[in-house]
Amino acid sequence: MSNPISSRCAACKYLRRRCPQDCIFSPYFPSNDPQRFAYVHRIYGASNVGKLLQQLPERARSEATESLYYEALCRIQDPVYGCAGIVSWLQQQIHDVESEIAKTQAEITVFLNSTVNISEPNTQYSRTNEQGMENLTNKHKEPLQ
Amino acid sequence: MYSSSTMTSTYNSPCAACKFLRRKCLPGCIFAPYFPPEEPQKFANVHKIFGASNVAKLLNEIPPHQRDDAVSSLAYEAEARVRDPVYGCVGAISFLQRQVERLQKELDAANADLITYAHNNEIDPSTSIISTSVQQPAPSGFGGGVGFSRRSAYALPYPLP
Repeated sequence: MSNPISSRCAACKYLRRRCPQDCIFSPYFPSNDPQRFAYVHRIYGASNVGKLLQQLPERARSEATESLYYEALCRIQDPVYGCAGIVSWLQQQIHDVESEIAKTQAEITVFLNSTVNISEPNTQYSRTNEQGMENLTNKHKEPLQ
Repeated sequence: MYSSSTMTSTYNSPCAACKFLRRKCLPGCIFAPYFPPEEPQKFANVHKIFGASNVAKLLNEIPPHQRDDAVSSLAYEAEARVRDPVYGCVGAISFLQRQVERLQKELDAANADLITYAHNNEIDPSTSIISTSVQQPAPSGFGGGVGFSRRSAYALPYPLP
């Protein structure tokens, strides 16, 4: 059984094929947003996306599709660096802000050393480790069950 | 480091792509300069996520002097996606963005403390060197649509999913 022609998902419309009831794409590529699939297909190809989604539990597929779309968008906008360019830029931001914090802390230290009776706020200045592109980890996410 | 102007494989053996695809590595192979046979996993990942023909199309659309960087970024994204099939590279972006936000708040707090000390020392705050929010342009490929303010040191070109 397939969906009526009028309600084919964006992927099946793009691929000019019938949209089966169990179409892997249809929950994530609705027909009212054809560009979404067009971008993802252009960068990854329909069969790679289908395989990727098939390998994931159903509850994770929506998030996966969103991230694939975002990466495809970045790659189309910036064919050379894509999403990796944003990672690199954010790492530079982290480095720059950490440097500014260190400078400001040094200036505060100068003031503290030059006075006798100043109450100081109980501020903690933390540090993060700069992560190179090759050392990124997934600590921020819950592991899939 | 591979010369993008090299039109033939610089190795006697086929490049990693042609080995993987089990085909003859011809002179002028688009993959050969960027997928040496010593790094089979690099092409395997890129092929798994993007597909050989999509990568070839993409490389053909990019000027030769930028193909090295393009392949590096594709390999990075492919590896991120292999490790994390749900979020891929976007997971890293999300994590780093939160770090930047947290550090920016720390910087703002530090600046506020510095102003406090400056006042307490009866020094004209305008003569103090107070660090401002860091402002850096967004990656060049994303054009001029990104706005920056003094308090917001960054803005992603597209909102994260």
